[in-house]
This record gives sequence, C-alpha cells and structure tokens, in this order.
Amino acid sequence: MNFDPRYSGRNFSSVGTRPIRPDGIDKVTGRARYGADFNMAGQLVGRILRSPHAHAVIKSIDTSKAEKLAGVKAVITAKDLPDLTDGDAAMYDILDNSMARKKALYDGHAVAAVAAIDARTARQALKLIEVEYEVLPHVTDVDEAAQHHAPLINDQVFTEGLEEKPAKPSNVTKRTQFGHGDVHKGFAQADFVIERSFKTEQTHQGYIEPHACVASVNPDGTADLWVCTQGHFVYRQHCAQLLGLEASKLRVTSSEIGGGFGGKTHVWAEPVALALSRKAGRPVKLVMTRDEVFRASGPTSATSIDVKIGANKDGTITAAEATLRYSCGPYPGSWAEIGAMTAFACYKLENVKTVGYEVLVNRPKTAAYRAPSAPMAAFAVESVVDELAKELGMDAVEFRIKNAAQEGTRSSYGPVYGPIGIGPTLEAVKSHPHMKAPLKANQGRGMACGFWFNFGGQTCTDLNIGMDGTVSLAVGTVDVGGSRASLSLVAAEELGIDYSQVKAIVADTSSLGYNDMTDGSRGTFSSSMATISAAGNAIKILRERAAQTWDIPVEDVVWEKGHAIAKGEKYGNLAPLSLKDIAAASGKTGGPIAGHSELVADGAGVSFATHICDVEVDPETGSTRVIRYTVVQDAGKAVHPTYVEGQYQGGAAQGIGWALNEEYIYGKDGRLQNPGFLDYRIPVCSDLPMIDTQILEIPNPNHPYGVRGVGETSIVPPLAAIANAVSNAVGVRMTHIPMSPPRILAALDAEREG
Amino acid sequence: MAGVAVSTTINGDAVEYLCQPDETLLDVLRDRLGLTGAKEGCGTGDCGACSVIVDGRLVCSCLVLGAEAEGRKVETIEGMAHGDQLHPLQQKFLEHAALQCGICTPGFLIAAKDLLEKNPSPTEEEIRFGLAGNLCRCTGYDKIVRAVQDAANVMKGA
Amino acid sequence: MVEVTLWGSLSAVAGGKAKHDIEAKDIRELFRKLAEQYPGIEPWIDRGIAVAIDGTIYRDTWSKELPPGAEIFLLPRLAGG
Ligand code: FES
Ligand code: FES
Repeated sequence: MNFDPRYSGRNFSSVGTRPIRPDGIDKVTGRARYGADFNMAGQLVGRILRSPHAHAVIKSIDTSKAEKLAGVKAVITAKDLPDLTDGDAAMYDILDNSMARKKALYDGHAVAAVAAIDARTARQALKLIEVEYEVLPHVTDVDEAAQHHAPLINDQVFTEGLEEKPAKPSNVTKRTQFGHGDVHKGFAQADFVIERSFKTEQTHQGYIEPHACVASVNPDGTADLWVCTQGHFVYRQHCAQLLGLEASKLRVTSSEIGGGFGGKTHVWAEPVALALSRKAGRPVKLVMTRDEVFRASGPTSATSIDVKIGANKDGTITAAEATLRYSCGPYPGSWAEIGAMTAFACYKLENVKTVGYEVLVNRPKTAAYRAPSAPMAAFAVESVVDELAKELGMDAVEFRIKNAAQEGTRSSYGPVYGPIGIGPTLEAVKSHPHMKAPLKANQGRGMACGFWFNFGGQTCTDLNIGMDGTVSLAVGTVDVGGSRASLSLVAAEELGIDYSQVKAIVADTSSLGYNDMTDGSRGTFSSSMATISAAGNAIKILRERAAQTWDIPVEDVVWEKGHAIAKGEKYGNLAPLSLKDIAAASGKTGGPIAGHSELVADGAGVSFATHICDVEVDPETGSTRVIRYTVVQDAGKAVHPTYVEGQYQGGAAQGIGWALNEEYIYGKDGRLQNPGFLDYRIPVCSDLPMIDTQILEIPNPNHPYGVRGVGETSIVPPLAAIANAVSNAVGVRMTHIPMSPPRILAALDAEREG
Repeated sequence: MAGVAVSTTINGDAVEYLCQPDETLLDVLRDRLGLTGAKEGCGTGDCGACSVIVDGRLVCSCLVLGAEAEGRKVETIEGMAHGDQLHPLQQKFLEHAALQCGICTPGFLIAAKDLLEKNPSPTEEEIRFGLAGNLCRCTGYDKIVRAVQDAANVMKGA
Repeated sequence: MVEVTLWGSLSAVAGGKAKHDIEAKDIRELFRKLAEQYPGIEPWIDRGIAVAIDGTIYRDTWSKELPPGAEIFLLPRLAGG
C-alpha cells in the first residue's frame, strides 16, 4: 500500500462546502431504518430478565415454568452461552456482562432471556423464571470501594502496577503513573500552591435510540445480524467469538444509528439475541427498554480526583500533580489511566505527575463516552488552574496562555508535541467578543481548555464508477453524524466531479474488508484517507482507459478536474475525456472501473478546544442557567463545516447536562433510582442558549487535507468551564459535579456558616 | 386477550386494524401498520420521539392506546410531505443540518409543525419552550431552532 | 539504534528502566526485540501498545519505520468514544 498520508497544502473545490447530506431525505421523511425499524418473517420477540440485586450469587435458575408457557420458543441462561473466550479476559468480561455466569454484579445485570411469539408472552415468561439469589454486600461509591474493608467484587483481582504484588485481593484493579521531572522540587520552587479534591458523578451517553437488533441464526451456522452499532465489524468479531460462529458466515448490517457516543462500541444484548435465535430456530428481535439502557448499558465512570498545582509569582507553573480514582463497573478497565494521561495535556510542565486507580464497583460496566475520562480530569485541573490564576492576580486566559503547551513541549503523558492548537484556541478566546460582554448580578463567566488524542485505525473502502459516470462509495465506518456527506465531498474532490454525482453508503460486513468502529473521532479522519486512496486507484484506471482509447502511453495522461488530459504538444488535438465519457465506454475498454483501498489510518492529530460560558445562578433555589456559550476548537481541516459545528455544539450540550444535572443515583440497596429520562434529566431545548462555534484549522501533518478528529474534544472543557462560571457567579469554588441546585445551595450555606 | 377492531384515519387514508386493548398507538403504528417513522426512545412520554398529531393535538403516541384512535385523524411523519414536495420544515431541517443521527427528527418535525400551526411567528424562546418535550442528544438544539425559525419565515411568505 | 521511553507501568516489567536503546528499524522489530529481552512485556503487546514517534501516535501500523534520532515513546493503547 503506497499511500502517502502527508499533508499537502492545496486548494479545494468541494471540501469545505456545506451540501445537504445524502441520507438526509430518508431521515426527514421517516424512512430511514434504525435498529428497531427492521423486521424478518417469523421473528420472535426477545426479552431479558435482569437482576434486582447489586451483588448476588446466582444459586440456581429454574426456567421450566417459562418454557411451558404457550408461545415461548426459547429460554436461555449463561449455560447457552458457554465460555469460548479462550483466556481473552476482555472478551470474557463482555460475555459475563451479556449474561451473568456465577454472580449478578449490578442492578440490571442480565441473568436469563426468553424468545416468544409476542411481547406480552415474553414478559409473562420472564415472570415465570425462578432465580435463587444469595445476596452479597455491595458497594457503589468509588471512594468506598477503594477502601480495604469494602465488599470485594472479584476476589481474583490483585492490584496491578504496584511495586510489590499485593497479598490480598482488592477492588482497585490497577495503578498507573505518568509524568516527568520532580514534583517535590517543583512545589518547593512555587510561591503559590493550590490543592483540592473533586468528585464527579456517573452519567450516561443518553443516546435517544435504545440498543436494538434482529438476529437470525440458521442450522448450518450461517447467521445475519441487523443492529445499531458504532462498529458492525467489531460486533461481528465479538459475536462470532462468543457464539462460536465463523466470522465470514455472520453477516452484520449496521442500521442507521440513533446516537452512540461510545455506548455502542461493544456488544451488550446482541449475543443474547443470537443465542435465542439459535435455540428457537427463528429470527429474534431484541430491543432494550429505556430502563434497561440506563441500568445495564454503559455509563461513564464516577470519579474522585485530587489536584495540586504550584506556580511562582511570574505565573509559571512549577509543578502539577493529580491522583485520579475512576469507577469501572464490575470489570477491570483503563479509565483512570486515560484520565491520568489527559489531565495536564494542555500545559507545558517541567514537573508533572499523575497517578490513576481503576476501581471496581457494583454498577454497570463502564463504557466510553466521547473522549472518555478526559472531561472529569479537565474539570478538576481547570478548576485549580482558575483558582491559581486568581491567587496570582492574573487573568485566567493569560495564565493559561503563559503555560500552554506548544510544538516541542513534552506532553504530560510522555511524547513531545508536533504542531498543536491549544495556543491558537486560547488566543482566539482572548480576543473573542464573548469575553468582553457585560455580566449582570448573579451571573458569572468561566472558561476552560480541553484535550483529546483522536484515533485512526483499520479502514477499508470501495469506490465504484457506474456506466453513467456517477460514483458509489461504500465505506465501513458507521455514520454517526454526517460522515457520508463528508466522504462524498472527499470523493468528489479527488475525482474532480460534482458532489451530487457521488452517493456514499455504509456497507455490511460481507461486502467490505474489516473496519474498526467509529470511535476516537476516527470516522472522517480514517475513511477520508481511505477514500482519497481508493479514488487515487480509480483514477489510475481511468487514465489507463483514456490512454487505451487514444492509443498513447498512460504516462502521458493526467487527471485534472474530472477529465483525462493528454499531456504534450503532440496531442494538441485530443479533446479531454470526462469521467462520464470514460465510464460510458468502460464496457469496451476493460470492464467496470473501481478503486479499492485498505489501510491503517494512523497518526490522527491531537486536538484542543477552549470554551467560554456564562451562567446565571438563582441564589434562592440554586438553579443554574447557561446564558451564553462559545466553543473554539481546532479541526485541522473541516471537511463539512456544518457537521463540524454540529459536533462542537452537541459535545458542549452533553457537557452542560453533565455539569448541571445528570447523575446516576443509587439507593442504599444498590438499586438505580432514576433509570428514565424523567429523573435522569438531559438538557432540553429550553434549557440551552444558542451555542456559538469557531472552527480553527491547524493542519494535521499526517493527513493529506490536514484533518484531525472532531467528534470528542468538545465534551472535555464544558464541566470545567461551567464550574468556573458557577464558582465565579456564587463566589464559592464548586468541587462536585453535577452542580445541581441542592449542591449549589449546600455550598452557599457552608460558605455562610464557614 | 380479544383484539379491538379500530377504524381510523391515518395521514388522510381510512385504516382499519385489530389491536390488543393494552397496546399503544406507537406499537400499532410501528408493528402492525409498518409506519416506523415514529420512534420509541423511552415509552414513558419523556422523549417525544414518538410524537404524532391526533385530531389536531400533539401527543406522545407511546402514551395513547391504539384503541383510542377509533374515529380520529392521526398524522405521522410519513404524511408530512405532499407527494414529492417536502414540507418547508423538512427542507429547512436538511438545509440547516438540524439532524445528526436523526432519530429525534421525526418527533421534532411533527412537534414543530404543530407549533407553527398554532403560532406562525414564534420567538426563539417560544420555539425553545414549544419543543421542550422533544429530546435531542446530538445537536445541542442550536441548528434545530434555526431551522424552525427559517421554516416559519418561509411559511409566512408562502 | 533508537532510544525508546516506556510509560511508568510498562517500565515496571522492563527491568524498572524507562529508557532503552534498541536496534530496530520499525515498530514490529521494536516489539520483537523488547519481548525477547523482557518476556513480561508480551502480554502488554497483545493487549495493545501505541507508539508515539515524534509526538504522533501510531496504534496499528507495525510497519512504521523508526527514523534515527526520532523520539520514540510507548503508551497504552486507548479506547475512544
Ligand atoms: S417514546 Fe414516547 S415519549 Fe419517548
Ligand atoms: S439528531 Fe441524534 S438525537 Fe437528535
């Protein structure tokens, strides 16, 4: 594969424009088919029985009564999903999470499932399944779980990453450490040191579409799965492994996806649906209820974070340190590790140290949520940075500019940065009119920075040119927010044709080679590279066909603005051949014209954002309104700027919900008390102002157009920006997210008494 | 359980169906009639993804029984365009990119249509409160509000 | 010869040393030589290690060359949303 991914400054004709997306018409007319909108002949309804206990041994399950109920076609338990993971610990956890094997590990953990002729019969059957539990002590709080005396969730877990192997098991699965320099020395040099502890509560991605799939397994081992997912190739791999199917015989089609944000990156109920179908010998449709989505699909970590930063009088940070504890649910993860890597990534630091602890709790398995783990770390760090600026008598933006990382800075997580955008976002914020707008009583302004890595990954794309000269582009990265439009723009750009002549689709797993999922902001980054490469291969063939037609050497044919052109004096009288001309003749010049590409898109550029936020806090009720919000973020290159803005706005809105309202509330019994949109309140239209955006374009050197990922960074600064704004409005430092009215009132009361 | 026979009008067409007495209108539309444009985001009246209009009233079809549609007029997203002519709201949602994943879009379009029929010149605040029953997790609502404002202007001019 | 820096937890299984001089032309060879020297690293490689070359993170391109004098940093392979 000789694809050169390096950035080449060039002028664009399609990229950077804002056409209507190809899948839009189906979505405004109700024709687009999402996970639950697909049906198969003879399909059954699948439903899952879930544990009401936070922690319990499953002593026995009696399914006999349920099996006898008329209309029930299959009942399954963990026995029907035997362990085929062969020592792959991460897959074993996914299996156990799909269907509890020995213990129920959280309220909502699946223990059995049925397939029946209709929903009512399936519901009745669930009631007939008798499960005998031995209830165990549980723990849901991250700090409590990390204590020595806490109930043990898994007695096989011994903390990794300690100097000495611990003698006793623990809920702390891993310790990780990052940094450089000597923080002790750095703090000794500091004139001012601020140290604080913070907490953030667990939130859910809150996609409006519940997990849904239709599974159909045939007796010969072939199978079909229709599912809403961020990565159908990944789901195929997971399901094939967990059910012992051959990957190429399991065709997975990704439906339109009604939001994922990281929550649809590994399987949940899909193996259960396949196992039910295999047992019943009929297709099974399984759709989670909203209650199940909250109780049993992946929320983010709850965290507890200590931050200490020191600076000298001239405003230079001399040392920075953080200890981060992140909940993982009942299975080991690397969530605190990511927090530890990202926490101080915005800054140029001589002495920095971060330590992360992964903590098991009796809550659902933690899943990624848009730049996973970074928002909480940024909240803690950016709060202390703000406080330190105040202490120094420096402007918050100036203080950050003085200490911002730049090209050549050693990042807090290790490597030295190439060209990056933190400085430019801060400069843009400094001169933004928002920073100078007047504030009224009870209002406060805050700003904060955020960082995210962005990822690339395995990508495979097909580009087929029809006889009429139109182009179909088949990609394998699920379109979560307009990427089919962006990728069509890329194909049009490369081929030199109009956007309207390209139609992009997401191909199923049998039609295309493997693709990693759409996560880590990789969709447009990776698939645009693959599209550029596929278009390049198609152009090679187009030139060959033109050369054939003219009977001249292919080296003399170039591709310009959608045409093959014979280069050189001697061909002066040869009229250029358009893509359409060449396509029309293709049947006689060697058959269909296509470009294929398979590559690993690596080298996604890190990205930075700075947000500004104004809030108004009602001192009587403690309720907070965001009254103005501005996002400034580096996109590298915005392929379709409208959808880039959309990513910025959506991430900011999710961050606002997280900062002010959203949280999982567990009772003493370990049960989730708010598994619905009424009590888990995400922002509605009337809660929010317009969200202004400013796109900066600092090219990524490792992409031909300079694209970086854009999907995730926008959720990193909001918690901190809003916390800084609220703290400025009420005059008390807020240290616990969400800053719900009772927490704000309590902070105000404490201040009055204190 | 014995089914209930229902005669109703959906998007202008006379429709008859049998449903269970406890079956929601949303389930009838989606599972019996194949009208999957209305979505189930919650099933409890909290997300608005299932919005339809019944006798001129905006409702969550997950909170209405299929049997209650008897003798009424139901409008769904599938009936919003006139032939090949998109409703101005549909057109403006496309132009403003007021959708990312699009799962909330049918509900928003129905709710916005109802809003503009009752208030052809809403302020931004009226739009925001008028659409507060519909959840969108992707867009931050900015582009949705702008699309509705733009559609209102076009419709007034028409 | 390239100088490779391992992140904290990984250096624990590499003789407690963060910096290693290794003769390797690409990421594949680097991983092989590290695993030969420190068998404890192998499970980490299986779980996924990302390699930052002059600040750019590579997660899967094992054929990526290691230019002499480049800064090579090993990091955990992370997930995104
Ligand atoms: S599905 Fe009816 S309001 Fe959510
Ligand atoms: S566009 Fe995804 S929920 Fe609104």
